[in-house]
Amino acid sequence: MGDDAIAEAMRQINPHVVAAYPITPSTQVVEAFARFVADGLVDTEFVATESEHSAMSACVGAAAGGGRVMTVTGSQGLAYMFEVLGVASGLRLPLVMAIANRALNSPLNIHGDHSDTMAMRDMGWIHLYSENCQEAYDNTIQAFRIAENPNVRTPVLVAIDGFQTSHMVETLIVEPDKLVKKFIGEHIPSYPMLDIDNPVLYGAADRPDYYMEHKRSQLVGIINAPEVITQIGKEYGDLTGRYYGLVEEYRMEDTEYAIVVMSATAGSVKGAIDQLREEGIAAGLLKIRAFRPFPADEVAKSLSRTKSVAVLDRCGTGGAQGGPLFLEVRTALYEEKSPPQVINYIYGLGGKDLPLKHIKDVYLRLREIARTGERGKLVDFLNLRE
Amino acid sequence: MKKEKLKKWQELPIGGLILDMGNSSETQTGDWNPNRLVWNEDTCTHCLLCWINCPDASIKVEDSKVIGIDNYHCKVCGICVEVCPTKPKSLEIISEEVA
Amino acid sequence: MVSFKLKDIATREERLAQGHKMCPGCGIALTVRQIMASFEEPVVIANATGCLEICTGTFPQSSWKVPWIHSAFPNAASTIAGLESMYRAKVRRGEIPKERKIKFLAFGGDGGTYDIGFQALSGAAERGHNIVYVCLDNEGYMNTGGQRSSATPTGARTTTSEVGKVLQGKQQLRKDLTRIMAAHHIPYTAQAAPSKWLDLMKKAYRAFEIEGPAFINVLCNCPTGWHADPARGLEFVQRAVDSCFWPLYEVESGVVRITYKPRKKIPVVEWFKDQGRFKHLLRPENEELLESIQVEVDRIWNQLLKDAGEEI
Repeated sequence: MGDDAIAEAMRQINPHVVAAYPITPSTQVVEAFARFVADGLVDTEFVATESEHSAMSACVGAAAGGGRVMTVTGSQGLAYMFEVLGVASGLRLPLVMAIANRALNSPLNIHGDHSDTMAMRDMGWIHLYSENCQEAYDNTIQAFRIAENPNVRTPVLVAIDGFQTSHMVETLIVEPDKLVKKFIGEHIPSYPMLDIDNPVLYGAADRPDYYMEHKRSQLVGIINAPEVITQIGKEYGDLTGRYYGLVEEYRMEDTEYAIVVMSATAGSVKGAIDQLREEGIAAGLLKIRAFRPFPADEVAKSLSRTKSVAVLDRCGTGGAQGGPLFLEVRTALYEEKSPPQVINYIYGLGGKDLPLKHIKDVYLRLREIARTGERGKLVDFLNLRE
Repeated sequence: MKKEKLKKWQELPIGGLILDMGNSSETQTGDWNPNRLVWNEDTCTHCLLCWINCPDASIKVEDSKVIGIDNYHCKVCGICVEVCPTKPKSLEIISEEVA
Repeated sequence: MVSFKLKDIATREERLAQGHKMCPGCGIALTVRQIMASFEEPVVIANATGCLEICTGTFPQSSWKVPWIHSAFPNAASTIAGLESMYRAKVRRGEIPKERKIKFLAFGGDGGTYDIGFQALSGAAERGHNIVYVCLDNEGYMNTGGQRSSATPTGARTTTSEVGKVLQGKQQLRKDLTRIMAAHHIPYTAQAAPSKWLDLMKKAYRAFEIEGPAFINVLCNCPTGWHADPARGLEFVQRAVDSCFWPLYEVESGVVRITYKPRKKIPVVEWFKDQGRFKHLLRPENEELLESIQVEVDRIWNQLLKDAGEEI
């Protein structure tokens, strides 16, 4: 299962501190890790906090201390952490957080959608989204290298879809402990607070004279991240045979109609594409792995060749012009000379399933838009009773 | 008080950290109050009650003996005068005109 | 044996630098100085948002000479818990030699401790981190202009517990946080006041000496929020102590010990005198309210005497 894949990566990484509070559907990561601790398979200081707010706060304290730190959460738990998320990125602490994406209240719903991480998309964290258990495992390992890179030093979240991936039983290739250990290397802290002979002050207040300068300075890490994510994805690929970039293209070389999506649904879309291709429809997929920093150039380059694009958002619009992914994609295409038509679908909220038929219907509509030039409704819902 | 030059964003330490610890002592807080604290060496018994009760670490002590007032930092709150047990008091607030 | 003689304490390094921006006569600033001078080991500090944090750590100035972190308002306890956990992990892995003892200290005001930070504090206490948490209780949100907190005494005027035609200051009882922390059965809990510096410093020393979580609640005079003469701050705090509104005691391994008993217990009205926030309580029409406050203070004091096995 996805949760176990992340826990297994954590066992191999053996962070100094894991501070976490259980929340469905990532509870099993915390449980599995607690078993590793109980069996002495890791020598991590495991802090079972009384809330997610304290979990992230303890992570911030621990990371400022100067070591490897990780937490796991999602949904309400992530929302509860919110004020400390900006502290982690503001202080440029290289911690890693695994997320099993889950809907936000209200109504209460324990199932998957991306409303939780999308609500924190501009908190200065790097976001990596995983399609399946294998990617969850691979991303967790790479996340530490990305976060700790001296040019980045920015917290990273690794997201998987709640239940769809977190509880999905799949085959997982686990790399040897030695390989993982060697790949992530030693943690080299920057200004560790526990170096008491060289005291520093973390978390100063700012007046207007410095706040904006500090916010600009914080951006350096996330601006440097694409190059580092790409380079580490390649290095990891050279070791394991599984290569990673900012985005993944599936049958995009001659695509006329493309879907843009993140996480588990990319798997279903690939299935639909294979079927449509047999019917002679030039369908393709652009999967976003790194949502923050948003790979605008890669997206524009990949989609500029297409005729029509549907962006699938697993998150509501909240009154915006579309879902968060849609807004990014459409903006990325603005500079193109003859950009494709771009439409937006909201899907899968609160664990609503997305049968293959609906995905195929999206491609058929994209073909129709390309044929007629009539875009129709800009934002719509998939598999909604109405 | 010397006016410091504001730094550009590129010149700031990572994460908004302050690396120069204790540098607030360079700034004057003694100018907050127009009055001034003075110390009378002749009556002082060096009991150090003023020192332990000073919010601003402005009682100068050397070899466990009071040697003077740090008027650059002293905010003239008057706590030391209150706790001073000598008669007459060894600490006194005088108005700036007198000083 | 460690010395508590001022001539010895005065030889220790000052760890809170001058030039901080705390108000003249601030009880927090002098309490922090007393706490920091009570022990000599290296220390790492987490500070909740509040007066102390703003006035000692606004960029580019630091008043601290020891590693210090501010994260947010409610999480000083969980932040220091994270640092202490990192220390443990690093000692276990040999990345920090185990002889290298470091103390972990958190400061919070009553807002950051009694109220918004209470859950984090309770959690950290329950988990047993080797930390010392000092609450600098000035009985209100004084950093933001003096709003009520759950530490604000009954009847006190604040900007959110106003005195008007219908209401006479804070209507509710104050939370007895020291007893609540003692109920966590942590190794050490104490209540202290800077007017009794030796008592305060001995308690701080004990808190750092003991293994496991320790909590000290310190009543800190606030000239600004109390609307009171800065020079007489310690006198006011001592009146709170002498009226048994703020008893000085400690709870170690479940044993309650009163560390200072006033020779003559003064009426609570004496503690209210000369503070603007209590001025209305001295009016004749508020006599009944004043009496009810006295009854409550006596009740809690008698309970403490009973718990300490002393005669009422």
